[in-house]
Amino acid sequence: MVTGWATLGLIFAGGLVTSTGSGLSVPDWPNTYGRFMFAFPLSDMVGGIFYEHSHRLIASLVGMLMVILAVWLWRTEERGWVRRLGWIALTAVIAQGLLGGITVLLLLPTPVSVLHAVLAQTFFLLVIALGYVTSREFTSEAQAAPVTPSAQDIRRWVTLTTGLIFLQLLLGAMMRHTGAGLAYFDFPLAGGRYWSAFSADLIEEINWRRWGLELPSVTRGQLLIHFTHRLGALGVALAVVTTMVKIWRDQERVRSLRPMAGAMLVLLLGQISLGALTVLSLKQVTITTAHVAAGAALLGLSFLTTLRVYHFYPRSRGPNLATVPVHV
Amino acid sequence: MRNLIKLAMTLSVLLLASQILLAGGDIKGRINFKGSGPKPRAIKMAADPVCKVAHSEPVYSQSVVVNENATLRYVMVSIESGLEGQTFPVPEEPVVLDQNGCMYDPHVWGAMAGQTVEIRNSDGTLHNVHSLSKVNRQFNMAMPKIVKKKNKVFDKPEDIFAIKCDVHPWMRCWVGIFSHPFYSVSDDQGDFTLKDVPAGTYTVRAWHESKRLLAQTQTITVKEGETITLDFTFEAPTRK
Repeated sequence: MVTGWATLGLIFAGGLVTSTGSGLSVPDWPNTYGRFMFAFPLSDMVGGIFYEHSHRLIASLVGMLMVILAVWLWRTEERGWVRRLGWIALTAVIAQGLLGGITVLLLLPTPVSVLHAVLAQTFFLLVIALGYVTSREFTSEAQAAPVTPSAQDIRRWVTLTTGLIFLQLLLGAMMRHTGAGLAYFDFPLAGGRYWSAFSADLIEEINWRRWGLELPSVTRGQLLIHFTHRLGALGVALAVVTTMVKIWRDQERVRSLRPMAGAMLVLLLGQISLGALTVLSLKQVTITTAHVAAGAALLGLSFLTTLRVYHFYPRSRGPNLATVPVHV
Repeated sequence: MRNLIKLAMTLSVLLLASQILLAGGDIKGRINFKGSGPKPRAIKMAADPVCKVAHSEPVYSQSVVVNENATLRYVMVSIESGLEGQTFPVPEEPVVLDQNGCMYDPHVWGAMAGQTVEIRNSDGTLHNVHSLSKVNRQFNMAMPKIVKKKNKVFDKPEDIFAIKCDVHPWMRCWVGIFSHPFYSVSDDQGDFTLKDVPAGTYTVRAWHESKRLLAQTQTITVKEGETITLDFTFEAPTRK
């Protein structure tokens, strides 16, 4: 739990680094302006250094927590696959740290930066998985109950939802790292229409406004990335609502899933509002970063729901799957 | 004795004439601007107290600066073609780029390939100097407050690129690296001068950092000892 929340905090701090354009404010790595990272004076944490150095400090904390977690699992966990999962998560966080360093040393190449953003989410999911498979709910003996016909349907939808959110986060990372976040200035319309025109006239109009704001011109490619992210949001919204309705309607199943489905809907509405505000506020730093963090939280919640659904709704095929555990 | 004086006078005249011939001509001009620029944007420096206290008055963005006489400042004017095959000595004195009040001074500048660039930190705070060059090797150099001076050399000619500070995201300057010394940046009257250009026909380019103000070129012929006037006019983008 602690590692999971710290990771979410780390994703927020990482989002702040991108939102403020501070990624290269500390030119060296692993040192900070030639000093050992933990010896860097607080008084020198000014401007972009505040965001970048804080991100590195929180990342170190998460790394240390993950070391403790992996060692703890290695020493106490009986299930071999859970121990291995611990080592995989530790490897992921080390790789993520190295990737962060490479990003700095190679001066922020877009593919490495996007990979750094994606691996952050992947590590977050691994930590959630570790948290769940070591939880009392997952490990305790449960009552058996008959399988209902809706089980497969719910499994499919929740998997689809988590996959879509992950893809949407990937698109979001691409949008941020290619400077396409303000390719449109309006919402819910995109360039005055629900379905963007992508015409030369529209690009000219948008760039005319960007000139007034001293922003660099955008291209059709940036418009496409941004618009695809909006379409992705629509797809995610439909998937979340459908999953939630299906979980809610399944009377014979697990009631404890319902609050999670409700929380996902609330988070979804918040996330769409933050996305709209990001555009309308001209990418105000706190709002933009909150949008990144809420996206990660939505992914985490959806992934946790998926794990729980898979736990409560096992596959209907096979001799031992006629019954499933029930938690009410 | 009289012959000696005559000889000395003749030699002096020849020397003077040769100096004029070698000096070539000047290209002088003005960068006019039609329309209105973006509303001046005050820079918020609260992120670093040292930057904030360095200014008693608001500091405005230097991206698009339209002078009071409807001319444009910070336009790099340079000879783009016509000098092929010629080589020019690289000045021994360095070009100075200062970080002062958390602003770059100058905002747009040029250097010759191989010329030393002296990067100063006049501020009591940290900066990083991040070059976005593509032909020359990119670098991101730390300048803690105790490091007051560092030298850099750009070895190859390169079209204009940005140098920025990621600690203070408003800090960005533009530099062109040339194979010749014929470049100039328009001043607070919109004026520029290319001095001592050898006689010949050249394409002269005027470049501004805004991608909405596309670079312009003109072809001119320079004659020895003459000053040529060459004006450019940029127009603000208009809404269709």
